[in-house]
Amino acid sequence: MEITRTPLWGAPERFRSKFLASFRPADLAVGLGTLALLYVAARVGAESFVRFHPPDTIPQISLDPRNLPNYAARSTLRMFIALIFSTLFTFVYGYSAARSSRAERVLVPLLDILQSVPVLGFLSVTVTGFIALFHGSLLGLEAASIFAIFTGQAWNMTFSFYQSLRTVPSELEEMTTLYRLSRWERFTRLELPVSAIGLVWNGMMSFGGGWFFLAASESISVLNHQYTLPGLGSYVAVAIAAKDMKALGYAIATMIVLILLIDQFFWKPLVNMANRYKLELSAGEEQRFWVVDLWRAASLPRRIESLTAPLWHAIDRWLSKRTTLIEDPVSGNEPSRGNLVFNATAVVATFLLLIAGIHFVLRGVGGREVAHAAILGVATAARVLVLIVFSTVIWTPIGVAIGLSPRLARLTQPLVQIAASFPANFLFPFATLTFIKLGISLNWGSMLLMALGAQWYLLFNVIGGAQAIPNDLREMARSFNLRGWKRWRFLLGPSIFGTWVTGAITASGGAWNASIVAEIVSWGNTTLRADGLGAYIADATSKGDWPRIVLGVGLMSIFVVGLNRLVWRPLYDLAQRRYQIA
Amino acid sequence: MEPVALLEARQVTKTFSLPAGGQQTVLEGVSLAVKPGEVVALLGRSGSGKSTLLRILAGLIAPSQGAVLRQGQALTGPNPDVAMVFQSFALLPWLTVKENAELGLIARGVDRNEAEGEALRALDMVGLEGFEGAYPKELSGGMRQRVGFARAFVIKPDVLMMDEPFSALDVLTAENLRGEISYLWEKGSFPAKSILLVTHNIEEAVLLADRIVILGANPGIIRGELQVDMPRPRDKETPRFKALVDHVYTVMTNPQAAVGQLITEQREPRFTMLPHARSGGISGLLEILDSRGGAEDLPALAEDLRLEVDDLLPAVDAAVMLGFAMVAEGDVMLTATGREFANAEVHRSHEIFRDQLLERIPLMKAVLAMLENKRDGRISKDFVLDILDEHFSASEAERQFDTLVDWGRYAQLFDYNADEERLYLDREPVA
Repeated sequence: MEITRTPLWGAPERFRSKFLASFRPADLAVGLGTLALLYVAARVGAESFVRFHPPDTIPQISLDPRNLPNYAARSTLRMFIALIFSTLFTFVYGYSAARSSRAERVLVPLLDILQSVPVLGFLSVTVTGFIALFHGSLLGLEAASIFAIFTGQAWNMTFSFYQSLRTVPSELEEMTTLYRLSRWERFTRLELPVSAIGLVWNGMMSFGGGWFFLAASESISVLNHQYTLPGLGSYVAVAIAAKDMKALGYAIATMIVLILLIDQFFWKPLVNMANRYKLELSAGEEQRFWVVDLWRAASLPRRIESLTAPLWHAIDRWLSKRTTLIEDPVSGNEPSRGNLVFNATAVVATFLLLIAGIHFVLRGVGGREVAHAAILGVATAARVLVLIVFSTVIWTPIGVAIGLSPRLARLTQPLVQIAASFPANFLFPFATLTFIKLGISLNWGSMLLMALGAQWYLLFNVIGGAQAIPNDLREMARSFNLRGWKRWRFLLGPSIFGTWVTGAITASGGAWNASIVAEIVSWGNTTLRADGLGAYIADATSKGDWPRIVLGVGLMSIFVVGLNRLVWRPLYDLAQRRYQIA
Repeated sequence: MEPVALLEARQVTKTFSLPAGGQQTVLEGVSLAVKPGEVVALLGRSGSGKSTLLRILAGLIAPSQGAVLRQGQALTGPNPDVAMVFQSFALLPWLTVKENAELGLIARGVDRNEAEGEALRALDMVGLEGFEGAYPKELSGGMRQRVGFARAFVIKPDVLMMDEPFSALDVLTAENLRGEISYLWEKGSFPAKSILLVTHNIEEAVLLADRIVILGANPGIIRGELQVDMPRPRDKETPRFKALVDHVYTVMTNPQAAVGQLITEQREPRFTMLPHARSGGISGLLEILDSRGGAEDLPALAEDLRLEVDDLLPAVDAAVMLGFAMVAEGDVMLTATGREFANAEVHRSHEIFRDQLLERIPLMKAVLAMLENKRDGRISKDFVLDILDEHFSASEAERQFDTLVDWGRYAQLFDYNADEERLYLDREPVA
């Protein structure tokens, strides 16, 4: 074993000669790639500081395809900044919830609600807030857009991190306590590694979902003003307004390339790295991936690593010293009186907030308006349920066919993954055009639009469920000649039920969110509109009608949470109880 | 003067609240001290709270009542004087063997090079030299636990705690590793002053411990303790070793038995395994013993008879079980009944044998009762085997049945027709 004992700033001469001697072609690729990335990030980032005075001067979007790389880079930068913030939020929030039972009681239900709230309904609040905060520069709009993406990513990742922390094997926890690991050491040696896989997978899925929010937030009309932020999303918005089919085609192509690039150069390597952090000790084969191979073949990263190792060690030691843990033994019984006060405060605070909200809405719009919005909510709920039924009917057989055939799965998995990441709102104009041509009412059409994004979660999960059916069960079905309906009734249906429920929950959440952009669509000057809560919120947002915004968003949250509790949770419990393949 | 205990539990009680409401008492009024230089084994069945007691002594769990003292001082947090070897190894799969081993030192802020040196030394000690760069998943179960030991050794704890350290390993690997740990302890260069071992494996406790503390279950209490003052290294084949194992076994299988009393004074539980000894062999042994003055050293007796101790043991066990003999410290000696039996004329010896059988072998009594309750006074072999099958493997049940028939015939309690495979009540007058 080579032991790194390089002094921090030592031996530059020897280093230089060794460095040149061991230079490899892979180093050229890695080095140039890194430099190019840094250059793009710096240039694009600087553009955010361009001064403007909204709403009088807003950045103009040009449909010239030569601008697309720049727009794509700016959108990507937003996505990654949001991802960084999501990750930080995840650590702080997830850690607090997992480590303090008191915080847990507030934070976990709150997270559940945050997850159900329609993010797009909040854009109006955040855009005005951030513009006020960063007066006179694009930064306010940037921040609002990043915040919208953040709210689409953070909750899932936080839940995953929290779950991982809660399921750390107790002997490992005891080991870190007994061997006196500091908080920092515990985090870097135990907690971060055990949650790595879940975090990366959820990050990847959320990142894919984030494009949708990016597209929706780059060009938005809030409080009677149209705000535009240079990027792929606003490019599409301008193309729609100009009825420019060609430009739309360019944008979609760019989007696909972007998704592929980020998948290959960011997520795949990250997944590959995360797989090293499996808790099981079984020796599995390591999956190879070309970017990771290239990185390993290059000597540059290792040189830099060994050069900076002492620095990292020093930082590690420094942080460790400041987070030493002298904690009392974990006591089973907490002081119950403090808890009582805490619980009471939490309940009263929630109650007061609710009262304030209801009061605000009632004074602003009155009871009749509430009833009207509720009926619109029922209409949207019906759309969500219908689209889930339809998606299920269409995608379940296809998903099972893919899942049962490893060859088919290998071929289609990447396609499905890209499809799931692709922002459905890029496809809206085509659907809108078709609706206009065929004279289809958006009351029906909006279901298709909502399904464009949501269906993939169902397909994804059904494929996963079918893949998990044990081989001996499948052989049993074949040997007992279970066919057709009976095969579905006794084998396939029960086997995929659990993952289907998971998929349906995600899909319904996605559909509710999509309703805000799917129930009002336009092509050029033609605007189609559906009767629903989504359209209601979109209207209220663009007019800046605060009581209606609060009413709409509040009602939608209630619908989502209510459906989760009344429909999905019981189904989920049933799946866990009866249809779990051990 | 008594040395100050390294670690002491005083009247420790632990209750957990159940999710459904109510409380469960896992430990009640437990006091235990670990002194320098000794190996203490906590032995108990599941539910005896032995692991909970270990974790309370490690400062990982706070006791509900009572106190834990280390070197006479009250313990208020994770105990810095102990290191633990875990049942599941508790290795971090993403760290190399060396990084796992040095973890405790790094956490204590020891200089990296120094920590590395210590880790390599400890890995050497457990036979893992050359594996420092490997990841745990590349190692076998036994080697993984060696890393667990190295990680504990590295911090040179006062008390090394082992929580069922070998129970996740296969029998041969466990045996091997146990032997090596035992060897390290005997060599005197063990990197800990004392060992506290939690186990449910009786042989392991007798092999390693100076003192075996036996815990009773629900709630966990200390039933008593046994000193194991056998010289090291211990030979599992010695009768003394076996007798102690047997005794602990008896205590463990019989919640009412007092710890530390001689095995001959225990009442056997229902359907304890009968030793595979023929009645003729038993009476032969008793006669030889009688002719040698009623007592003899077991290994010497075996040598004289040109037998291995193993061959002699079933007869000795049977004699002990029937109350004809006692075993203590490797000697076997006749009891009064045994002497009477050895000197009785044929008819009388059958009678004595019958009395002892009925008094001490519950299975025999049960079979006799069944025979007497049947109007025709006969039961089939399968019927008895069905009963035995609940306690023994199929082949063992057959052997048990054979022994039962042999003893029953000798005592003239019943007869057996091998063709019909039936037991018959011997209708001859008993009184």
